[in-house]
Amino acid sequence: MRYEKPENVAEAVKLLQEEAGVARVLAGGTDVLVQLKAGMLEPDLIVDIKHLEGIKDIVAEDGGYRIGAAVSGARLGEHAGVVALWPGVVEGAELIGSTQVQGRATMAGNLCNGSPAADSVPGLVAANAVVRIAGPDGTRDCPVVDIPVSPGKISLEKGEFITSIFLPARPARPARASDAYLRFIPRTEMDIAVAAAAISLELDADGTCIAARVALGAVAPTVLLVDAAADCIIGTKLDDAALEALAAACSAVCNPIDDKRGTIAFRTQTAGVLAKRAALIAYKRAGGQA
Amino acid sequence: MKNIHVSTTVNGDPTEFICAPDESLLDVLRNRLGLTGAKEGCGTGDCGACSVTMDGRLVCSCLVLGAEAEGAAVETIEGMAEGDKLHPLQQHFIDKAALQCGICTPGILVAAKALLEKNPNPTDTEVRYWLAGNLCRCTGYDKIIKAVQSAAAEMRGA
Repeated sequence: MRYEKPENVAEAVKLLQEEAGVARVLAGGTDVLVQLKAGMLEPDLIVDIKHLEGIKDIVAEDGGYRIGAAVSGARLGEHAGVVALWPGVVEGAELIGSTQVQGRATMAGNLCNGSPAADSVPGLVAANAVVRIAGPDGTRDCPVVDIPVSPGKISLEKGEFITSIFLPARPARPARASDAYLRFIPRTEMDIAVAAAAISLELDADGTCIAARVALGAVAPTVLLVDAAADCIIGTKLDDAALEALAAACSAVCNPIDDKRGTIAFRTQTAGVLAKRAALIAYKRAGGQA
Repeated sequence: MKNIHVSTTVNGDPTEFICAPDESLLDVLRNRLGLTGAKEGCGTGDCGACSVTMDGRLVCSCLVLGAEAEGAAVETIEGMAEGDKLHPLQQHFIDKAALQCGICTPGILVAAKALLEKNPNPTDTEVRYWLAGNLCRCTGYDKIIKAVQSAAAEMRGA
């Protein structure tokens, strides 16, 4: 195994592209190094991207924020601007692992690990976040929702890697907006989501929901964006009937696995319940009176 | 595998070592630098026994490559006492009997110190969440939380 520490993006792309064997990108390492240790992964090349310019920075851009691919969960949670604009994205990222893991783990890594239960991904999908990808043909942007393909598989091509994640602007007042993420685990900390839901919504001045995005985690081979569920709350003030419809629409699209951590029936029901609760949290954060 | 030369700082001392590219910082600390305070419990970032700080961030040294320490400032349990004078956390862990076998203790002390630097007056719940990644199979945690709180109280008064 070689360990390389490129100093610019072009060099990183070249290393990844020219490696004939297995290459892995290293940012926080909280998945890659575990897989390495467990013998699940025997890479020929590790490319440490933490020394690329700006890769650890959070920068305001077009009313939103560009989060460098090597920004840790701890650093993200300390950024008052991101926390204020996208609290649901931050709470998802902060649920990953322990304090020690938070010191290293990144959202880009969580996304590229390809787990359907990745805690930061539903929030990013609900936020309509867009990743910037560097590769042999230059730079391209891609919505987060199009990155996961199946468990452990992502849509990036050989030689490509994520350099940043862009969280978009929110509408200016009097419209109000917020988001929330909830997961179910059988204990209070340090576990993998059995089911999860993220909701992002925008309200008009009188508290009617005018836009929403609903994403579910751990209930299908990839995180799901559920437009039919969003339609259930758009045009409402999240009354009981709208919330019941939201939950039903979420449960209807679930296609989970059945394992010792949760049955198909439990995950399917729980995803709907979590969506309802997350919607109410996002609504309250946005200033709505439920 | 080609070995890598690394220049770093450990507990304030400029330090150099040679390591394999897939060698963890934990293995470097223990096997190459003789700093055996950090322990390997699980080796996969679950137990926290290998906790150290790197550039002020609490991390599991088993999930850091030795090569990543280049140019970083690493702090380990060995740097916690000042000579023979124990850090208040160390003293309160002894006074409150907050350890039995001691394997988890270096990691918990390093993690607790990082907490109190960020939040000098945490609630019990905040201490428990912060230390959720530090497993202890002897004490049942109550004594650990009490020791952290009494050390925090002393440090606030000091």
